[in-house]
Order: sequence, then C-alpha cells, then structure tokens
Amino acid sequence: MTNSIEEIINTDAIFVIGSNTTENHPIIGTYMKRALKRGAKLIVADPRRIELADYADVFLQIKPGSNIALLNGMMNVIIEDELYDKNYVQSNTENFEQLKDLIKDYTLDVVAKICGVDKEDIIKAARIYAEADKAGIYYAMGITQHTTGTHSVMSISNLSLLCGNVGKESAGVNPLRGQNNVQGACDMGGLPADFPGYQKVFKPEIQKKFETIWEEKLPNKAGLTVPEMMNEAEKGNIKFMYIMGENPMVSDPDLNHVKKALTDIDFLVVQDIFLTETAELADIVLPAASFAEKDGTFTNTERRVQRIRKAIEPVGEAKADWQILDELMRKLGHDKEYSGPGDIMDEIRTVTPQYGGITYDRIEEEGIQWPCPDMSHPGTKYLHKGTVARGKGLFMAVDHRDSAEVVDSEYPFVFTTGRILYHYHTRSMTGRVEGLNELAPESYVEINEVTANKFDISNGEKVRLTSRRGSIVTTAKVTDIIDEDVLFMPFHYAEGAANYLTNTKLDETAKIPELKVAAVRIEKLGS
Amino acid sequence: MMITIEMLNEIKKKTLKTMTLRLEKKNNGISSINKENVSDKKHVLICGGPGCHSSGADELKKRFEQKIDKEELTDVNVSIAGCFGLCESGPNIEIYPGGTFYSQVKIDDVDEIVEKHLCRDEVVERLLNEGAIKEENIKPVFEVDFYKKQEKIALRNCGIIDYNSIDEYIALDGYQALAKALTEMTQEEVIDIMKKSNLRGRGGAGFPTGRKWETAFKYEADKKYVICNADEGDPGAFMDRSILEGDPHSVLEAMAICGYAIGSDQGYIYVRAEYPVAVQRLKTAIKKAKEKGLLGENIFGTEFNFNIEIRLGAGAFVCGEGTALMESIEGKRGMPRPKINRTAHKGLWGKPTIINNVETLANVPPIITKGAKWLKSIGTEDSPGTKVFALGGKIKNTGLVEVPMGTTLREIIFDIGGGIPNGKKFKAVQTGGPSGGCIPEEFLDTPVDFASLGKIGSIMGSGGMIVLDDTDCMVDIARFFLDFTVDESCGKCVPCREGTKRMLEILERITKGKGTPEDLDRLESLSEAITDSSLCGLGQTASNPVKSTMKYFRHEYEAHVKEIRCPAGSCQELLQFFITDKCVGCTKCANNCPASCISGNLKERHVIDTEQCIKCGTCMEVCPVGAVIKK
Amino acid sequence: MAEITINAKKYQVNSGITILEACNRLGISIPTLCHDDRLEPYAACRLCVVEVKGKKNLQTSCSTKIRDGMVVETHNKRVINARKEVLDLLFSNHPEDCLTCEKAGGCKLQDYCYEYGVEEGTYVGEKKDYHIDDSNPFYTYDPNKCILCGKCVRVCDELQCTNAIGLGNRGFDSKVVTPFDLGLATSNCVSCGNCVAVCPVGALTPKKKEKYRTWEIRKVKTTCSYCGVGCQIELLVKGDKVVGVEPARGTPNDGLLCVKGRFGYSFINHSDRLKAPLIKRNGEFEEATWEEAYDLIIDKISEIKEEYGSESFAGLTSARCTNEENYLFQKMFRALIGTNNVDHCARL
Repeated sequence: MTNSIEEIINTDAIFVIGSNTTENHPIIGTYMKRALKRGAKLIVADPRRIELADYADVFLQIKPGSNIALLNGMMNVIIEDELYDKNYVQSNTENFEQLKDLIKDYTLDVVAKICGVDKEDIIKAARIYAEADKAGIYYAMGITQHTTGTHSVMSISNLSLLCGNVGKESAGVNPLRGQNNVQGACDMGGLPADFPGYQKVFKPEIQKKFETIWEEKLPNKAGLTVPEMMNEAEKGNIKFMYIMGENPMVSDPDLNHVKKALTDIDFLVVQDIFLTETAELADIVLPAASFAEKDGTFTNTERRVQRIRKAIEPVGEAKADWQILDELMRKLGHDKEYSGPGDIMDEIRTVTPQYGGITYDRIEEEGIQWPCPDMSHPGTKYLHKGTVARGKGLFMAVDHRDSAEVVDSEYPFVFTTGRILYHYHTRSMTGRVEGLNELAPESYVEINEVTANKFDISNGEKVRLTSRRGSIVTTAKVTDIIDEDVLFMPFHYAEGAANYLTNTKLDETAKIPELKVAAVRIEKLGS
Repeated sequence: MMITIEMLNEIKKKTLKTMTLRLEKKNNGISSINKENVSDKKHVLICGGPGCHSSGADELKKRFEQKIDKEELTDVNVSIAGCFGLCESGPNIEIYPGGTFYSQVKIDDVDEIVEKHLCRDEVVERLLNEGAIKEENIKPVFEVDFYKKQEKIALRNCGIIDYNSIDEYIALDGYQALAKALTEMTQEEVIDIMKKSNLRGRGGAGFPTGRKWETAFKYEADKKYVICNADEGDPGAFMDRSILEGDPHSVLEAMAICGYAIGSDQGYIYVRAEYPVAVQRLKTAIKKAKEKGLLGENIFGTEFNFNIEIRLGAGAFVCGEGTALMESIEGKRGMPRPKINRTAHKGLWGKPTIINNVETLANVPPIITKGAKWLKSIGTEDSPGTKVFALGGKIKNTGLVEVPMGTTLREIIFDIGGGIPNGKKFKAVQTGGPSGGCIPEEFLDTPVDFASLGKIGSIMGSGGMIVLDDTDCMVDIARFFLDFTVDESCGKCVPCREGTKRMLEILERITKGKGTPEDLDRLESLSEAITDSSLCGLGQTASNPVKSTMKYFRHEYEAHVKEIRCPAGSCQELLQFFITDKCVGCTKCANNCPASCISGNLKERHVIDTEQCIKCGTCMEVCPVGAVIKK
Repeated sequence: MAEITINAKKYQVNSGITILEACNRLGISIPTLCHDDRLEPYAACRLCVVEVKGKKNLQTSCSTKIRDGMVVETHNKRVINARKEVLDLLFSNHPEDCLTCEKAGGCKLQDYCYEYGVEEGTYVGEKKDYHIDDSNPFYTYDPNKCILCGKCVRVCDELQCTNAIGLGNRGFDSKVVTPFDLGLATSNCVSCGNCVAVCPVGALTPKKKEKYRTWEIRKVKTTCSYCGVGCQIELLVKGDKVVGVEPARGTPNDGLLCVKGRFGYSFINHSDRLKAPLIKRNGEFEEATWEEAYDLIIDKISEIKEEYGSESFAGLTSARCTNEENYLFQKMFRALIGTNNVDHCARL
C-alpha cells in the first residue's frame, strides 16, 4: 500500500476493484465501512456482488478479465470531461499525451460491452473518483492474477496519477496483501531477481555490495519463479527443492502438473508445522515452530514491520525456521552464528536500505513503516510525498487484452477463484479449527440460480467441474450474486480443489498465473 | 405559486365576511362588523375537538346540513372548528348570533334544534349547557364560568376557524407574522423579539425560546433544522393535539418563522402515530400552505425557502425527550443521547437544530405581530403569557383551558373547573404528568408558573392536571405513575431501567399490604439516586410522584406499612369485607360470590370468610340493603 | 488549556476533553462500565458520575467536557452513594454465580462491587430469566448476565459495521438481540468476537477448549499470522498451551479482530503438529533425529551440487515465515548453494 490502513477512515472516495475486502481483509473492511459512515463514497468493481457492493454508491459487476477496459473507460470519461487534476498531471507526470491517445478509443460503448456494465454506471464511477478530494484505490488478486496483471496494476496507477491521488494522505494505490508476511518475504529477497530491499541481483554494484557483506561469491543471473520452477522440475531440470512453509499442492494452478513436478524432483525437503499435501510428497520433512513459538517480525500490507513474540516452547522436537536455517547454514560453511532473530534483523538493516532504521528496540511498542532509512527516521506513513520515487509519475498506456483462455462451446463458463472469510490459504491452519470448519466445511462452487435451473442443479447438490487441465467434484451453492455465465470457487480446500481446474498461463512480467479466469463446464452428477 | 402580502390581505378581507357571526365568540360578544354586510343570518359551529370528534361531530354536521336543506334555510351556515375546551359536556355546538351553547347534542336532537332555534329563534332549553343557565337566565357561551377567566393565545383560533381552511386561518391574521418577519425584519430582529418576550418552552422545562433560537442562529452550518415536538405523551394531556387538529397552520407558520430566524430551510413535525386525525389535518395544511406559496421556495418573494415534513413516532413516551426524538427521526432506536453538545449546536444529524413544542410554536405568530411587550403584559414577570392545561380526574369540567400564567390552582380547579363532583372533598392535584408531583390543598392558592410549581415539588410539565379526591389513595397514585414510567423507560440507563422497576415493586408491595417501614426509607434513598443520576428528564423526574406524595401524605404510606390499612379505602387488598346486621339473609351475596366464601342460611345474617375472600366487591354490589361494608 | 479543580486540587488540562479523560490522564480512577474511548459517548451505566459545582444533578464524566474553572468532586459521599446504588441495582438483577462464572477475575461488575463494598444485590423482585444463546461456534451469549452497557451493540455498529445485534424491547425488558431475537446463528454475525472483547461482564464469553481462570494465564503480545493486515493480538497462554486470543489496542487494528485472528488459534497445539523430523524410507515416513536429518540434507546438497550444479536447486521461501527467516533462506540459497532460484507464493 502506498498509504496506511488508518488513513482509510478519512478518505473521500474509495474504489475497491478485485478485492473482497470484508472477507479477505476484514479489518480493512471495517475501516472502509467506517469511512462510509463519515460520508465517503464507494465504488466497487467485481464479478461478484460482494458484501461491499451493498454499501456502494456504484457497483460495477464486471466480467472477469475486464479490469483494464473498465479503468480505461473511466479515464476516458475523466479526460473527456476534463475532470483530471491538470496541475498534478502537468508538474508531476510524464507521457500524458500517449495515455490520452490510447484512452480515446475506450468509449463508453466499447467499455460497457467488454465489461458487461451500464454506461451510466461507468460515468458515475468516474465522476465519484475524479471529483473526490482524496480518493484511494484498493485492490487485490482480482487485479493481479491475470495474464494482464501487470498491465492492470499500471492502469490503476494511471488512474491514480491522473487525478493526483499519489503522494497524498488518505488516497493512493493500495494493493491489499493476502498473507501475513508476503510483504516481508518480498522485502527480504524471497524473489528470484531481488536481494533484500528489491536490489537487483543482476546489477554488478549490488552483487558486489552483497558479496562484500556476505563474504561469498554470488550468482548474478535472475533465478526461476515458482511456475517456472514447476515447469523445469517437470522437465527434470530441478533436482533438489527446499520448500519452507508453503503448500503448492493446493495453492498453485493446475495441481496435476504440480504433483508431477514435485514427484519428479530427486530430493524434496519440506519444512512446515503440519504434514501438508506438499509435505506428503517430500523425502524429508522438518518440523517447524508455529508463530506462537518464536520471535521475529512480520511486515504487513502497509509496510509496517511488527514484532511476533514467543509465547510457548516449540511443540515436540520442532524448531523455529530461523534456527533450522541457521544450523543448516553453519553446516554448509556459513561462519556467522546468530544469537537470535534480533541479531538477524541487525544484519538485515545493514543490507536493506528501507529497513535501515528498524531495530527490535524501536518496534517494541508499535511497528514502523518502511522506508525507514536510519535510526532517527520515524518511518513513512504514505509513499511518494512531494514527488514519486522515480521523479515523475509515468503514465503507461495499456490496452485491454482477452484472458488466455476464453469460453467456447466445450467449456462455456468463466471460472474464477478466491478466498472466504472463514479460511486462510490452503487451510493447513484454519482447517484444524473446529468452529471454522463448522461454518465453512467444504469446497463449493457458486452458480447463478438461472444457470442452476437450466442444468437442473439444486443448492447443496454435488456437481462435476471440468477444465482442459482437470476435473473435480464439488457442491453447488446456488446464488444470485454472480452472473449467469460465471462460476466462482474458493481455492482453500484440498478436497475438490479449485486449482485442478485453473490455468497456468502467466503474466509475462510478474509471472503471476491467471487464476482468476479459466474456461470450464459443469455437469449435474445425479444421485 | 408565489404569494404577496396584498394577496394575503385580499384573502383575509374576503374570508372575514363569512366568519363575522362566529367572531362574536372571539370578541366576547362584541360584534364589531356591521351585520348588514353579512350574507348569513345564522351560523352553527360544531366542536371538532378530539372528544367531540369521536362522539360524532362529523355526523352532526351532516345531519344539520340535511335538515337545513330540507327546511330550505338558505342563509344558515354550518362549520366544524377545533376544540371548544369543555370536553366533559361534548358534543358541543354553538349557534350565532348570540352564542347559544348546546351540550351533549345527539344526532336525534338536530331536527329539534333546526326546527326551533334556526327556524323560529326558540332556544332548546333542555340541551343548553349547564353553565349557560345562571339564575334562570340564559347566558351566551362567552359568559359561561368555564370560559370567563380564560385568555386564549395558543388556542386563539381553536373553536372558531375551520381547521381545513387556510383562508379562515389567514382571515384571522394568519401568516401575517411570517410576512412581517420575512419582509420587514432581519433574523436578529426576530430573535430579539422572541428574547424580549421571554416566551418559555411550554413542553415542560420552560427554557427561553429566544435564547435557544439565538444559539442555533449563531452556529454556522450548511444545514439547520427546525423540529416541532408533537409527541405529546403525558397521560391526560391533549393540548398539542387540540392545536394540531384545530389550528394546524399556526404551527406551520411558527416553524417557518423559526426557520427564517435561525437560517434553516427544513422543518420536521414529529407527531405520534396515535394522532391520526392530527396527522391528516397537518398533511392537508402543509399541502395547502405549499399551494399558496406559504411553504416552499422564495416565500413572499424573498430568498427564504422552507419545507416541512411529517415524521411519525411509534408511541414511545421517551421520544418526547428532544435527543431521543432526534434519534427516532434519524431512524434509530428512540433513546436519549448524552448531553455533550447542545441541540442548538449539534442536533439532528449533527446539525444545529431547534426543537419547540406545539404550544410554544403556536404562541410565536402573535408575538411577532403584536410585539414582546404585548406578551409580557399577560402572565407573570418570570413566565409571561398563558398556559394551556388539561383538566382531568375528579373535576366537574374535564377539558382544556388556557389561562394567564399566575392564575392560582384554586381558580383553575374551582372557578373554571367547577370543583369536585359528587360532593367529594378535594385532596390533591397532580400536575405535570408522570414527571410531576401531587400538590395538597394547602397550596391551592399558589399562582401557577414555572418557578412556583417547582418550589412545591411538582412541575408545570406540559400542563396536565389531574384532580384527586378523598377516595384516592396517594400511595396508589404514586404506584400508578411509576407503572407508567417503568413501562415507558427506554432501558438505556441503569437508574431508570432498574431503579424505577424496583421502586414500582416496593409500591406494589405496600399497596398489597406487604410493605415494611424499611421500604419507606428505601423508597426515599432510591428516589434520590434515580433523580440524581439518571440520563434524561424521564428518569430524573420519575421519582417526583413518589417524592411529593411521601412529602405531603407520608401518613398514608405509614398507615399502609404499619397498620396494613389504606386510609382512602382504595387499596383493595388491604380491605376486608364484612356483612353487618342489616343483612336480611336474601342469599344474593352468597350466590354471586366467585370465591364461594360467603355462608349463611336463608333469612339469616350471612358471614364472609375473610381468609378466602378475594376482595372483588361483588357482594357489596349485589346486596339490596347495603349490609356489606369494607374497612 | 483549562484550569480545573478536582477533589480540591487544581490541575491544568487540555480544554475540549471530558472529565473522564482528564481524570484518566491525572491518574484519578473513575469507574465505568459503558465507556470505550473508540466509541461515541453513551452515558448509560451512570457509574462514572461526578459532582460538578453549580450543577443540580450528578454529571457523567464520560460525557461532560472540561470547562475552565470547573470544580469537580469524584469521590465524595453523594457520588459514592450514587455509584453504590447503581451497582446494587445491577447486581440485584444479575446471577450470583461468580464462583463458577467464566469471567470471574476479569469482570468489571465484580471488581467495582468489591471496590465499593456492594456485597449483595439488596433489591428483591423480578430477575432476568432468558434462554442462553449457544448457537455461535465460538462464543456464548447469556442475556441473564448482561448489564446492557450497549458496548457490544455499539462496537458491532460503530466499529465493526456489521450490525448483527441491537437492543430489543425496552425498559426493564431491554435485551441485546439479533433481528427478531432468532439467535446468533441466524443473524449476519461474522463471528469476529469484537463484541466479546468489549463485554465487561460474563454475558459474552468465548467458548473454551481448555478451562482456565483469568489469573492463570499469561498474555503475550504478537502479530496475527493470518492475512496481511498485521493485527496486533495477545496470546493467552496457560502453561505450555495457547488457550485463547484477545485483540490488542493500537495500530493497525485498535482492538478489533476477525474470526480467524480471534478464534483460529487451536491449530497451534493441535495433535497433528509435526513433532520430529521425518525421513521417507521405502515410501514411508520414519521419525528421525535432527542430526540424521541435517546430515541427509547436507549430503544431498553436496551430491547434487557436484553432479548437476547450483542451477538444479530451487527453494520456496514463505510468506508465512518471519522476515528474519526469509532473509536467511534466500541468503542460504544465494550465498551457500549459489543460485537465485528462490521464490515464494506472493502471486497466489
């Protein structure tokens, strides 16, 4: 997030696109609803009529995969009606003419058709966003998990820049991160091309910096992303894989493919707190401590580095992940011994500019938001204040493109996936909480009542879903919150897992798979 | 459409002609208009107040018109007006000229009145109001004792004009005050008159209206609101209802004046849904005022816009409390807010808001037209003007009266109210509804105003007056009012929710003979705590009926707890029924006793088994010789 | 700034704050059951009443703002009597099962009754007698213990914005209810438990797997391990077990949580937890020591590195592990194994 969670309360307009906030980030959802009570306006764009849609001033029930068209359409209205922030565009951005040029083709007629929404609603949404003094955009995987994910994010950035909402309190571009420390894992260099702090592995000066500090020779070629690893593994090019606290056997697209890849690996290490679906395939499983059994830090979606604290001893022989890694590393020749996570943080802050001023002492009471370059820096509430990081905001005009897989007579339904309030990711934790299972016991597919009638499917009935990659059996949940040609499934469940059906096609830049759009067919199973 | 002052005066002139006969009442018999100009020769005025309306005023009017048609009387007019005030004797009608006052007129009496009075100028003596005959002379209505001491400001048009006719309201100077305010006065000048008049809120607390308006005027806001509190909830009080039903435009005009003064363009009338007639008449009045341009945009060609909407209350007493009322308008549960901000600063939807009650508003237009000095010439220094009271209980003339502030209780109860009926003795008067107290005989000469009633442990409240006689048990009266309060407590704050309930339970125990002397101490300390720490006026005053009765009638409480005796002979469970030697042995009591606890042989004295007796009183009712007594 | 006199001592305080806020800052303790600084003042419990010179009635300190020159008494006889009366009234309409009540030790009614010497509810009469709503999997609602402070309703409305509960009936019969009083399971309650967190008495209590008394537990502040919001929580620890979670105040969640963060903790001490390293031999996992496990891994690394080179290694680090762990993981792969093939499920 460019801005902070608490700032939401003072926002004048909230634009939620591709995020079911009240279910997936419930506390952020409460901030949004509180902002509405104070008079903020709300625009919601989503293929499903999610809870926030009921509170929205305008709800755009867009077709899956039409985000860019919608955003371009809104910008078309804003530029045509001259509602954009001319001063900001003039002094703080570049490339406006290119944007204007591309946007003019996204007329209301064109966009309304691609998105499947009313023209009037697009105008209304554009006006609300553009006329608000402080408008924030909030998005999640509904934007990114497309083959056009990177472009969608650029479009959001375009819209935000156009109306001068970057570098302003209670506004901004705000991706809502799905997992507790996905922000921190990225910050810490858990990415194939990035050292900690997004310092590129292929830049010689960066490579040199790390070689000096780590006192080791380092590779300078960007590594493989998860989907690429799986592809390479399937081809037999990956011999050793170490998976720490991840469960690709539920979370990744095309599970048949994942299973084959992981099975093909010579030696698979899985380190986790439970014997997950992935761990079942391992050659060796290491028992890790849970978050309650260790010290450390997580970085949340607003870039706030916060402490976790050891409350109990690890169960059985389990050890904290950092301890396992520390011990293994020493066996591999690492001659540094860490006294504890605080010690590791002290090393992190020497190599990571954004974490330069973060120590355990300083975040004892309350976390600090990076960038925090030095010990006297208070942290950064919102980014790009005064000027954006690169000097001027760059408009990146991008076109709408169809999803990689479109419906046809064989697979006539658009299949999309997401999360629900009562479960977390692959359920390795929430699946072991009785009450949560009572409230959300099994996988299901949301199907519009008209479609259900057509197939003679009643609520609670078992159905078979089939895509080009696989086939599963799940339970039908008949609803009116989804369009007739769209099916939705939560991906949490290993039994009847949605990801047997999803597409592995990637966004070229970010290598994110198109989990939000696949083509499927549905069949009534009969009793 | 847009109205001008010239148009207003034109309507006034035209309409007055049709009203001349009736105005004799307003002018106490002096008819200032040349009768030669009047088209009608006679006018039948029917009371359409709440009581008379429900006993068939509309049917009476229809019957009069039919009969008049039949008799081919072309110069007689019939109209219904708002409440005449003397509800006890309704349905009431008056015939002009002369102001002949007929009471308890039934539908079958109409033919006779038409044939005799209208056709032949013969008074139908048997239908004359009791008060209209004095020393064998027939008096016109304005000389009847009930009316003689009254002075009408809030009720000035009630009982004269047709409530559905905006023209008749205009004829009696209606909307002249609004015209004057909008075209001749600044906002500050309007507020200044109100402040100088020292008109105090008639809803209960008596806060100076002008000061309230000034506060709301001073706060700058994009929106301000004027609310008319018409959630009249005190048992027995119906002055607001009478004004709304009998003279709705006086409230609308006042709200618009207030809107102009404070800078508001939106008014709400919060009226209880149990007043469907009032709601209907208000709707009609708002519609007509809009049609005439007296509400809406650019009133009298000025920049001033004002609209009024009606909001219905669901019958919770507490919604008469200003902040609870606003919560209710906002669509929330009707519970009082903490008084962290004044309503005139942050009221409805957090905006500056004026809440005035109906009677207060009805006073506003004449103050604007006649000036602050005029109001101050009536009533007392501390409380200028008049107050409307609803007389009820053990009093002869049950009804609505408006008297100058400072009139004594004795004048109101005996001179106007006609005293206690059935030869009983006055015991106390309960004023101010469930928040008020009981005033004993020794204070009957207290002049009634805001301060004086407070000093003797009661309040003015909205003006309810319930007269009690020597058969009323004061403990039971306190219990009755507490029962009301417990029922109407919203449940928000602890002292009121839990405390009034416990107080009621103690009073119930006492009236059932199960109280102890310690209960009296408990009542006193609990009363104090509830008064001292409740959230809103409802709770803070809930103990008043208990406190005042304990103060003035403590001996009655003591008799209940120490002697297990009810001195007034009213608490059934403390009584015992006996059969005296007057008994003739008819067996009627034994045969009718539902508990079968009376025994005795035919023609012998019967005996009640007091252990088994359920004290229903049936034996006493059926005894032909009065042999059953209770003590 | 305003000068005020509290209990005959003069203080300088910020104007615009309430008497309660001023007293809290000055360390003068004032009892209250319905106040929560995140919510609009409600002034219903009347326990925080104080005497303000010049005011006829006692004033609630939570809803009375400081004025310059104000003279306040917070603990004189009149004030204390009023508080005692409120406590007596509440206790008189409350079950007397403090011995076995889950809230014992953490109950504000209990604490204040103790502080003000209210040993029993002295009023006899009608008492609440309601059905207990047990329909939510995570918490129980016992209306008989409810003191109608309204905090649960207001949190659900003002902060959580779910509006699953409201006040029903009125006066003595007032009750916190779901629509038509059909019970929590039928309502739009999202089981966030934010109502439970603010209940000052035992009316809303979490369902416990492990029995514990409030004085038996340790609280450890940490960060929730579910979504990316990073809510601050307190783990309730009894012995070597996490037996509950409570929300912590402050940024970013300020005392609120969702169902997962609040009630999804029982995986921590779940019997399925991995308790020893497992090595797969002939398709079956067998328990092993750490040394065996480390040796095997190190052997495999050197073996494969030698045969296929560093690029045949890949590692998935974790969005669920700490920063420190992610840092070590990528450092291990880059510096010690020699490949940048490190990624995690950021995209999933």
